[in-house]
Amino acid sequence: MSVNSSRFDSAIGWSARPDAWLSRGIRFLFSALAVILFCGPLLVIFSGAFDHNPDPTKLSVIPDNPSLINFQVAAENKIWHYLMNSLIIAGGALLLQLAVSVFAAYALARKKFRGQAIALLVILATMMLPEEVIAIPLSLVIGDLPLVHVSLKGTLLGVILPLGAWGFSIFVMTEFMKEIPNELEEAAKVDGAGELRLFAQIILPLCKPALGVIAVFGFNMIWEQYLLPLIVAADPSDYTLTVALLALRSDDMVGTGIVLAGALLALVPSLVVYLSLQKSFLRGITTGAIKG
Amino acid sequence: MTAVQSLGDTRDVGSTASGGGAVETHPVRRRRRRRLTGANFIPWLFLLPAALIFLVFKFIPMAEGIRLSLFEVRPFLGDIFVGFKNYATILQDEKFLTASWHTLVLAGGQTVGAMVIGFFLALLLEGHTKSLWFVRSAVFLPVVAATAVIGEIWRLFFYPAPEGFLNELISWVGLGPWEYIHSTDTSLVSVMFVGIWKHAPYDMVLILAGLAGIDRQQYEAAAIDGATTPQRIWNVTLPALRPVITILLTLAAIRGLRVFTEVYVLTGGGPAGSTDVWMTRVYTTAFEQSEAGLASAGSVLLFLVTLVLTVSVQWYRRWKEAR
Repeated sequence: MSVNSSRFDSAIGWSARPDAWLSRGIRFLFSALAVILFCGPLLVIFSGAFDHNPDPTKLSVIPDNPSLINFQVAAENKIWHYLMNSLIIAGGALLLQLAVSVFAAYALARKKFRGQAIALLVILATMMLPEEVIAIPLSLVIGDLPLVHVSLKGTLLGVILPLGAWGFSIFVMTEFMKEIPNELEEAAKVDGAGELRLFAQIILPLCKPALGVIAVFGFNMIWEQYLLPLIVAADPSDYTLTVALLALRSDDMVGTGIVLAGALLALVPSLVVYLSLQKSFLRGITTGAIKG
Repeated sequence: MTAVQSLGDTRDVGSTASGGGAVETHPVRRRRRRRLTGANFIPWLFLLPAALIFLVFKFIPMAEGIRLSLFEVRPFLGDIFVGFKNYATILQDEKFLTASWHTLVLAGGQTVGAMVIGFFLALLLEGHTKSLWFVRSAVFLPVVAATAVIGEIWRLFFYPAPEGFLNELISWVGLGPWEYIHSTDTSLVSVMFVGIWKHAPYDMVLILAGLAGIDRQQYEAAAIDGATTPQRIWNVTLPALRPVITILLTLAAIRGLRVFTEVYVLTGGGPAGSTDVWMTRVYTTAFEQSEAGLASAGSVLLFLVTLVLTVSVQWYRRWKEAR
């Protein structure tokens, strides 16, 4: 039985035995197909961005005519400016989101106070409120902030601030902080640690794995933003890179090469973040979906 | 002692909540109050940044949206209260009705399509070897890439001439040429296809997590009973995956109803409105026709539908668990 038991390692009963060439062959073939189907289009972006080829019908996975001209033309069309907008928004909003989530989670997970249940409920409510639904009134609020009457229209801050708090991150962080044993905190309290020291020196260092999860998810959520930067922008120079792709679709000299150069620049940061924090990402998907 | 203390606790919290603080009391009690209010004050201090952002950028806009939906919005002239007229207008508007139909088709198709493909991917790639892990990571990339990026590359693939990228590929197996997003007949299906392509690997990851939780002895038992592989998947695997599938269906359906970016980038709602969905309609109404009142009513309606969907799924799950 033990020789054959690998048949029960997977739902479909893939065999891992070296002599099971049919099973291994079929699996290899379909896996290769899956990789081509799901990665091929992204590879085409890489190749097309470095290919001087104005004809959109001549896309391929290997550049025919390697050159950097697409990027030169894209640079004339302010691509680096858009990339900068995107990076500033991503950096600013992510830092804010991490800080806000960690603070909120500390209160929700480590404290008992009146109104705690309501606070949790309110945060849950924000998760049930799709961003798209409030886009139109949000554009008005951003044009004239309540009480202070400042307009954030056309500013990067107008994109950063609304992304600064995210229910998902707060929840993931809260769930994680609940798991930290109380004894550590008690011991620190006996030693006379104050509230801030307790938070910064005892709790926070233990939260690194969860920080990875909410960082990669936060980045992804921020980079994915489309409607928000679109409605906050006062004119096209306020666009993020992803939104600007729409305005860079074609150029007289390099044709669709310009949009491929832009797409590549918009793709690379997501790939870098994903590949470097992959474990956190996959863990977050499973916990997040089941909790949320 | 504890009873007294807890009594004092509630009393102190009550007086703080009512805004009293300057009342002179016995020194001992004052000290205790300060400590207790302090203890109650600190959690809120930590919650303050989140509360502030949510208030200004979520709840105020939501309230403002509901208010606007009841008005005819006229910039600089002053808004006129019109009651539910905006809702009535939208629900009778030909374009919104078509858009809602498209939204349902697109959400339904993408949800089911991504789930089915995700399921087969999960079956294919279940296992612990390094090479499988590599393939899974590679297949997952579309989920990570921004929707706008994906939209742009697929827009180029969908080039309608016979020498277009996809047409070239399908001509190898004797199909095409098709016009994809450029024809009213195939545009919605093409958008759906891109959505499935982007979301299927996400579903795969969740289904893989579900597969990992299935007890291997059940497979062994099925084998002893002489079950074939399809029977085993149908009778053992699928029932065990039911919770994961419920979660995925809910998440995907809600995501599908509010779809905007894919459509906006790929087709902008065209050609001839054949891919117009609810949110592109709302966007056009708000920013191109400057009808903020109508657009707000559209947003509120979308919110109500997603709310009903979420709540009923939650109830259904509770009810299932209770049984």
